[in-house]
Amino acid sequence: MSQARLSPGVHSGRLSADELARNFSDVAPPLDAHEARVAADRCYFCHDAPCIIACPTSIDIPLFIRQIATGTPDAAAMTIFHANILGGMCARVCPTENLCEGACVRMEAEGDPVRIGALQRFATDGLMAREGHPFRRAAPTGRRVAVIGAGPAGLSCAHRLAAKGHDVVIFEARPKPGGLNEYGIASYKTVDGFAAAEVEWLLGIGGIELRHSQLLGDQMTLEALRAEFDAVFLGMGLGGVNALRTEGEERANVLDAVAFIRDLRQAGDLGVLPVGRDVVVIGGGMTAVDAAVQSRLLGAENVTIVYRRGQDRMSASLHEQDHATSSGVRIICNAAPVAIHGNGAVAEVEFAYTEDGPDGLVLTDQRFRLKADQCFRAIGQRLEGVPVGLVLEGGKIAVTGPGRSSLDRVWAGGDCAAGGNDLTVTAVAEGRDAAEDIHALLTGGDNG
Amino acid sequence: MADLRSDFIGIRSPNPFWLASAPPTDKEYNVRRAFQAGWGGVVWKTLGSEGPPVVNVNGPRYGVVHGADRRVLGLNNIELITDRPLEVNLREIKSVKRDYPDRALVISLMVPCDEDSWKAILAAVEDTGADGVELNFGCPHGMSERGMGSAVGQVPEYIEMVTRWVKQHSRMPCIVKLTPNITDIRKPAEAAKRGGADAVSLINTVNSITSVDLDLFAPEPTIDGRGAHGGYCGPAVKPIALNMVAEIARSPETRGLPISGIGGVTTWRDAAEFLALGAGNVQVCTAAMTYGFKVVQEMITGLRDYLDGHAMELGDLIGRAVPNVTDWNRLNLNYVTKAVIDQDACIKCGRCFAACEDTSHQAIAMKPGRVFEVIEEECVACNLCVDICPVENCITMRELAPGEVDRRTGLGRGDYANWTTHPNNPMAKAAE
Repeated sequence: MSQARLSPGVHSGRLSADELARNFSDVAPPLDAHEARVAADRCYFCHDAPCIIACPTSIDIPLFIRQIATGTPDAAAMTIFHANILGGMCARVCPTENLCEGACVRMEAEGDPVRIGALQRFATDGLMAREGHPFRRAAPTGRRVAVIGAGPAGLSCAHRLAAKGHDVVIFEARPKPGGLNEYGIASYKTVDGFAAAEVEWLLGIGGIELRHSQLLGDQMTLEALRAEFDAVFLGMGLGGVNALRTEGEERANVLDAVAFIRDLRQAGDLGVLPVGRDVVVIGGGMTAVDAAVQSRLLGAENVTIVYRRGQDRMSASLHEQDHATSSGVRIICNAAPVAIHGNGAVAEVEFAYTEDGPDGLVLTDQRFRLKADQCFRAIGQRLEGVPVGLVLEGGKIAVTGPGRSSLDRVWAGGDCAAGGNDLTVTAVAEGRDAAEDIHALLTGGDNG
Repeated sequence: MADLRSDFIGIRSPNPFWLASAPPTDKEYNVRRAFQAGWGGVVWKTLGSEGPPVVNVNGPRYGVVHGADRRVLGLNNIELITDRPLEVNLREIKSVKRDYPDRALVISLMVPCDEDSWKAILAAVEDTGADGVELNFGCPHGMSERGMGSAVGQVPEYIEMVTRWVKQHSRMPCIVKLTPNITDIRKPAEAAKRGGADAVSLINTVNSITSVDLDLFAPEPTIDGRGAHGGYCGPAVKPIALNMVAEIARSPETRGLPISGIGGVTTWRDAAEFLALGAGNVQVCTAAMTYGFKVVQEMITGLRDYLDGHAMELGDLIGRAVPNVTDWNRLNLNYVTKAVIDQDACIKCGRCFAACEDTSHQAIAMKPGRVFEVIEEECVACNLCVDICPVENCITMRELAPGEVDRRTGLGRGDYANWTTHPNNPMAKAAE
């Protein structure tokens, strides 16, 4: 065992290159043709299938599985893409046990659903590996739409608009498109640069101009965009990170989990990424799990997720929680941070056990401390840089119907819009539905 | 424990499971393995006349129909009779029979349709020690083009003539194997009986094209871009075979004629069904070709358990369902059932609803929460929902009690009455 592995503090190179490569390989390797055929044969082709209803993008799952079973996986992929142009990424990151697979009647029958996510990946991977883009654009309409953010919502909206014949300009604040797909998802869920490849494939439809390093409010204003374009879609996600508001939060090595995940995704060499020997992650969502598991995979010896409420309230799915615990992450529930101790850098995090009562969460007198040389905040993100004039709801852009904001000819969708559930697939649905609404208004003469 | 020992037209075997004349019984090596695995008997693959043997194609000779998970539902073949020299087969038959005197060993024969040819082959097989002969009047491909196989089996007069020759020139028990590629299976069975056959065996394979290569535009199996029809067998043909066995078993002309049941026997249950419809034993091929010879062990234990569970001996089962095979016009039109859905067993797939709503009688309601309920006022008891439900016994049929009102017709359930006396039947006679 190398010395680096056990040295306290935040260091890079705890594991060998081989170990890192193994740890960060595809967490759910793709089905081969035989596996797909066997899995597809289990679908009952239900009437008014519960899996379709459970899918935020309403993919016709029984149809695409039947298309796989009958030897036409490309047709299956088109069934998926017509509903969800980011079906490839969703196949990798959807919490399927809470969505389609959780609703599968095979759960009722045998407690073992049809492997819908894996089958979706099989179909979409196959078609995306082919030359060219499978959708064609309608005749040009001469209309132009601005899309803010090249994340799942913006990309979905842009693709649907382009398909309808409109010209789209996407303004992306970061140097690369993809949003959370590119910057915010654990590396082992989307290996081999899939997020970037998917965006490139999506843009293959044509009619979409991507301008990067364009932050709304800095490089352009909503006012100017509304003047220049026929419609604007806001899909900029959540740029801010919630603070713990805990004493000692300013100490060194108390970091945002999203930044850690982003840096890991963008790192060329995982061996240079520093990670603690004792890592504490505060939060209960996918971000917490992604940060915790990847800390372990980078070589942290002890990683603990601490969540302030009961396990049933964790927004990370059970599958994600199982993945964390089977990766050696400990999960402590019903405990909230009260102080971060240390001399300059974090050394310990102090927690109080909580009780979830009728008046909300209350801290008890029961305290404990966890050794920590690195602590990640993963307690949610918030909307930043909201343009003036937009009505908000719960800190997000208020929308009615298919993403209509309070401003004329301005739509919003994805994480920045109120009412969603922070899932990639929901963002895709919202972007798509807003595009349909924009198209209807732009072509129906009812666009003010 | 039930005794599975079988005596079929005087041919004894330790169980009623024989391997049919087919590729698995073409040579000593295979047959020895079959006997080691526990098969009660074999019908050796069809021998032809002395002289240069037939030749087979050198490309694929089997085609297939798959179910879910590539389960073999049907197999078709364009293989001919044995392509090995007659004397080799005879030597091997003798050797195997010497080592397995307790097993049934029957030789399948197919020679040109003249008396001398049959006389010669019968003389040749006489001293092998085999227990009997089976006349292959069934193969529908290749040999039939040369006036043999099903070309004989499709002409009752030929069947009778050849059977008569065989009985005249041999002391051996004679089984006539029938082709299903005819309109009325009773006619060839009657002909065999008239000719003196000791038994019939059926069915041989069904004329078939299993699939078409959609790039080559040719039937499969494809030989150099062309395909010929083959003989279809396996689970898919079982219903056809069961009906034909039952037709012979219940026909006044052929009642009592021993039957060796063939066609898609894959499990002990399939075998038991053939026996119940009047077969004295069964012959198996596709199940062995799909899973190997070991399948017989499941058939043996399964049949024994079934017989024990019903306190029956093998002989009690044979023909037990024959009296219940009748004509449609004898079915009780006052027998009324209604579908019942077990809500605890239901997995809410909704296939019963789709099937009934789209293709039947709109007798299933889909209620909030995906609750599916039978509408008795509409249910004609067609059984489609029972058949397509993926959960066994989730949907069942409830029989209305005598006098109970059928909510569809508003009529109370009456006593037995069939079409022959029904008022809508123009040919109806007054009840006797």
